[in-house]
Amino acid sequence: MKTENVIEAKALTKKFGDFTAVNKISFEIKKGEIFGFLGANGAGKTTAMKMLIGISKPTSGQANVAGFDVYTQTENIKKNIGYMSQKFALYDDLTVRENITFFGGIYGLSRKRIKEKTQQLVSELGLEEIKHQLVGSLPLGWKQKLSFSVSLLHEPRIVFLDEPTGGVDPITRRQFWEMIYKAADRGTTIFVTTHYMDEAEYCDRVSIMVEGKIEALDTPKELKKQFKVDSMNDVFLRLARNIE
Amino acid sequence: MKTIAYIVQKEFKQIFRNKGMLPIIFILPILQLVILSNAATYEVKNIKFAYIDSDHTSTSRELVEKFNASTYFNVLADFDSHDQASSAMLAGDVDVILEIPNNFERHLLKEKKASLSLIINAIDGAAAGVESGYVNQIVQNYNQNIKTELMDASQKAVQPVSIVSIPSFWYNVTLDYKTFMVPGILVLLVTMITLFLSGMNIVREKEIGTLEQMNVTPIRKSQFIIGKLFPFWIIGMGLLTIGLILAKVIFNIPMVGSLLLLYGYTSIYILVVLGMGLFISNFTDTQQQAMFISWFFVVIFILMSGLFTPIESMPKWAQIITEFNPVKYFVEIVRMVLLKGSGPLDILPQVLKTLLYAIVMNGLAVWSYKKVS
Ligand SMILES: Nc1ncnc2c1ncn2[C@@H]1O[C@H](COP(=O)(O)OP(=O)(O)OP(=O)(O)O)[C@@H](O)[C@H]1O
Ligand SMILES: [Mg+2]
Repeated sequence: MKTENVIEAKALTKKFGDFTAVNKISFEIKKGEIFGFLGANGAGKTTAMKMLIGISKPTSGQANVAGFDVYTQTENIKKNIGYMSQKFALYDDLTVRENITFFGGIYGLSRKRIKEKTQQLVSELGLEEIKHQLVGSLPLGWKQKLSFSVSLLHEPRIVFLDEPTGGVDPITRRQFWEMIYKAADRGTTIFVTTHYMDEAEYCDRVSIMVEGKIEALDTPKELKKQFKVDSMNDVFLRLARNIE
Repeated sequence: MKTIAYIVQKEFKQIFRNKGMLPIIFILPILQLVILSNAATYEVKNIKFAYIDSDHTSTSRELVEKFNASTYFNVLADFDSHDQASSAMLAGDVDVILEIPNNFERHLLKEKKASLSLIINAIDGAAAGVESGYVNQIVQNYNQNIKTELMDASQKAVQPVSIVSIPSFWYNVTLDYKTFMVPGILVLLVTMITLFLSGMNIVREKEIGTLEQMNVTPIRKSQFIIGKLFPFWIIGMGLLTIGLILAKVIFNIPMVGSLLLLYGYTSIYILVVLGMGLFISNFTDTQQQAMFISWFFVVIFILMSGLFTPIESMPKWAQIITEFNPVKYFVEIVRMVLLKGSGPLDILPQVLKTLLYAIVMNGLAVWSYKKVS
């Protein structure tokens, strides 16, 4: 069933001046897949992601997202993806409900649909009591979950999550991953970066990026086998050490 | 359209929720108008006035009497010769010397016109402008057929201006400088606040990262920009309204012309300011940077707007630069419409230039706004 490629990148490259932040990365991601995009700080994960979501023009290489070209069809891409940035990007000075209404609105959802979605979201996330509170006053974990839900409002085919669980407690992280699984089950493709190696184990496939290059790409199981270690953590360390 | 409505709605919520911002929008302008209008006055009093009466007729004496009667002039002395008067001015004892030439009365009766020469100590340029305005006012009141000729006081080459006429004074008959300043300060306030607010607003979204989030949504550039700027357009018009009410209630500024016309013009003018705000925000990354650059432009625009220094008294090159100053046009229009009652045709040149400015500025701003980096 899972044969359709929703993301294809070929030798995708981004240079800032003469510094190459992303160096000829290539991969294919299938529909409904949870793709873990790993790498140390500064490896180039965010930069690569920004090219895929159409807000940063690649220096060279090709990529298709949801069947659209990242050079020429960025506006089409944007209709089909959700994005949760590394920086929290809902409006702190709007309430939970107002944020949902606003983002629903600019994605073109009808009033009725926005209402339904709001209700559904509020009950799923257990936000009933605080739906009229300013988002700025919520704990980080709730903010992140809300932010993820908002990125799914318009039911995108692919959702890009840039370190969605950074700085969040283990229980919330667990809940967050349950949300990710739920979305993936509905057929949404998940492209997620993380620094937590236990989270890497939850992914269908992972790539490990080192200094702009993808050094390894496979299922967690295969990678562990390949490097003859027991955990993704060790895979990661192995790779990082090899480079040094 | 619906998308824009969502953005506008969100903007207004945020603006009115920002407790730090509200006073800036509503209290500051009021204070500014009240304080500046009282402080930034051109009014010059107790002008040390001397004259040389070479005519010695009843007409000339009557004219001097007019100066005596004015509260602005202190008639100090009459001099017999030009040299005497000049040295008194050099010594700083005299600000203004009026020279009534021989045959003044005869000319006036026979040819229905006559000239006077006027020497003004122009160390303080602004004061000199005002003084010459006062003199003209008195002379004109006395007899429309007399022209004053401004003479060079010192031997150094101060540009001789042959005929003094500062039209703006004509429509401010009572010589009340609040009447003159308040409309100008109104301009300043509308300009500054809309520029700062709009510029900082977009940069703020850049700072907190929500702009990037906007850029990943399918909203079109034009929708986003209109949605973002429209609230500030409304606020600008609101500021004008507050300012006009204050001008009427506190300062009793005459409003001779059509307010509708003034609003019409302002609606175009604010577009220029908003375009600038957006343009600035496109090239800055933090609110501080945006603020700093906005200040830079506002100060230049205001100093070169004719608000505090008459454009006529600027050097030629500066006068040319003022042609590119939208604030100048707004100052002119507000004064023309409010004080003079100018109609649409009178202000057409300014309207067209402002419109052109708005198109160019917004074109640049939209062009430089990039969803993709
Ligand atoms: N706009 C830019 N101009 C110049 N260099 C940049 C720019 N954006 C990113 N970089 C550089 O590119 C490299 C990769 O950055 P990127 O943010 O993609 O890393 P990352 O893998 O997301 O790291 P982290 O885990 O810390 O988020 C870094 O060295 C960074 O300094
Ligand atoms: Mg990153």
